[in-house]
Amino acid sequence: MIRFDAVSKQFPDGTKAVDELTLEAPTGKITVLVGPSGCGKTTSLRMINRMITPTDGRIWIDDQDTAEMDEAQLRRGIGYVIQHAGLFPHRTIVANIATVPMLLGWGRRKAESRALELLERVGLPASYAKRYPAQLSGGQQQRVGVARALAADPPIMLMDEPFSAVDPIVREQLQDEFLRLQGDLGKTIVFVTHDIEEAIKLGDQIAVLRGSGNLAQLSDPAQLLAHPVDDFVADFVGKDRGYRALSFQQSPQFPLSRESSVPLGATPEQAAAAARDGWVLVLDADRRPLGWIEPDRITAPVRSEMLARGGTVATAGGPLRNALDAALSSPSRRGVIVDDQGALLGTVRAYEVLAEIEERARPELDEADLERAGLRPVEETPE
Amino acid sequence: MTWLRDHFVDVLSLAGQHAYLAGVPLVLGLLIALPLGWLASRNKVLYPFLIMGTGLLYTIPSLALFIMLPLLLPFKILDPNNVLVAMTIYTVALLVRTVADGLGAVPDAVNQSATAMGYKRLRRFMSVELPLAVPVISAGLRVAAVSNVSIVSVATLIGVSQLGSLFTDGFSRAFLDPIIVGVVACVLLALLFDVAILLVTRLVTPWQRAGSPAA
Repeated sequence: MIRFDAVSKQFPDGTKAVDELTLEAPTGKITVLVGPSGCGKTTSLRMINRMITPTDGRIWIDDQDTAEMDEAQLRRGIGYVIQHAGLFPHRTIVANIATVPMLLGWGRRKAESRALELLERVGLPASYAKRYPAQLSGGQQQRVGVARALAADPPIMLMDEPFSAVDPIVREQLQDEFLRLQGDLGKTIVFVTHDIEEAIKLGDQIAVLRGSGNLAQLSDPAQLLAHPVDDFVADFVGKDRGYRALSFQQSPQFPLSRESSVPLGATPEQAAAAARDGWVLVLDADRRPLGWIEPDRITAPVRSEMLARGGTVATAGGPLRNALDAALSSPSRRGVIVDDQGALLGTVRAYEVLAEIEERARPELDEADLERAGLRPVEETPE
Repeated sequence: MTWLRDHFVDVLSLAGQHAYLAGVPLVLGLLIALPLGWLASRNKVLYPFLIMGTGLLYTIPSLALFIMLPLLLPFKILDPNNVLVAMTIYTVALLVRTVADGLGAVPDAVNQSATAMGYKRLRRFMSVELPLAVPVISAGLRVAAVSNVSIVSVATLIGVSQLGSLFTDGFSRAFLDPIIVGVVACVLLALLFDVAILLVTRLVTPWQRAGSPAA
């Protein structure tokens, strides 16, 4: 657990970067600091490993005051990842990853075997070990950056916009892998970003900061979307809040409609026989959906190029947002639901998803927010 | 070129002396320039003073410096140590800026991540900043090496013998052969220094030749 206790930072030129920030980043969770540029998020992050010294207040790691710890010792116990990875250009990938273990005096062989293990863990081939950073793409360098931060298995990781400098597709991959990694490792992570979408996707807890490290709101992503505390937070969180909040609600077992289908190569007659309301779904050999087709409009056996591919596919039991989107994006209006292997289970209509959404209660304000807003709790109505 | 054949051993010993007088100051100068350059790169206020101050040393005429040093130092006038000191001063003059700029060019992100990983100041300098500044420092060192080889020849005038002695010798006897041999030997020596520095640099910077991302 990392605890900010009324922490302030005023720079010599008089600007207040952070003003009495009090915040707790719970053990094993991802806490995201998000806010516009100049909100003090990076300054706050860097005060944790004392790259910046607070002017006032204390930062605790578990029950230790960081100000009283040895600087280098403190830092070696905290993984640190920054925007452009900050790899050492003159060291091979394996040597880069082994940096902190070497500083801790593990010995070369142990440090290198640990580095190779991590290289694999972040999804890079062992053949990259002897390359130099310049020989890797931005996304690959960022993976090495994460591996390097993890090398000595620190309980805490600080990440400063680690995925901002890579293109959107790579960023999404890195985010997904990061979440998977965190699922295994359960580090205490403080993550800085200016991208609210990233915050919502990655954070267990999100701290929205406004100018000079002023904590505007601290909540989990669903709460943040459902109950922004003021206009600033509402604006910052952005549009489509209701829709985005569906990411945090699991789909129930929808009563799925059976969907008949045809394989690639089916004749127009076969397709027409299987079609419902003018559309039929085309599957591959493993029953994975490829796309929709209108049998009336084809004159030759079904080929891949003929398919309407606009429809998204939702996994059963996944977020409601995906199920709704599958229905909304489907050319036949029938949303495709698949199992964990991606094989077709059936289809669901948008109104069925909406009916489920209307059934559900919106996330309730927590006690502190209720009190601040001057509201009384919603009374439970017996069924 | 019978003259060279007859005096080959002498020329070789003069060349050895020349290499010693030009080479040792190169090493000493670098050792002095490193902390000064580091200081200049760290401190914005000191930077102009250190760069200007050391740079100005280079404008002192060599003959004046050679003559002046024995008065300031506990060496006799004919002592080659005077030349070593003078050449070291010139090397420092050329290298402080190079070292400061080389260290200044180390990317901020690299320095920061080094600090964040728990490098202490000296270790960070030795194992991160200095290796990354090597290409720039090496370029400065090559200039200094050539400059040293050329300036050392003036030391003949204060009686310290090296390849420059061939010039005064030829000049006093109006005899061209030793002068030509001296010039060629100086050029070869400068070339030798250059190649040596280049080779060492390549050896310690394998990362410089690593290509861009594999396609």
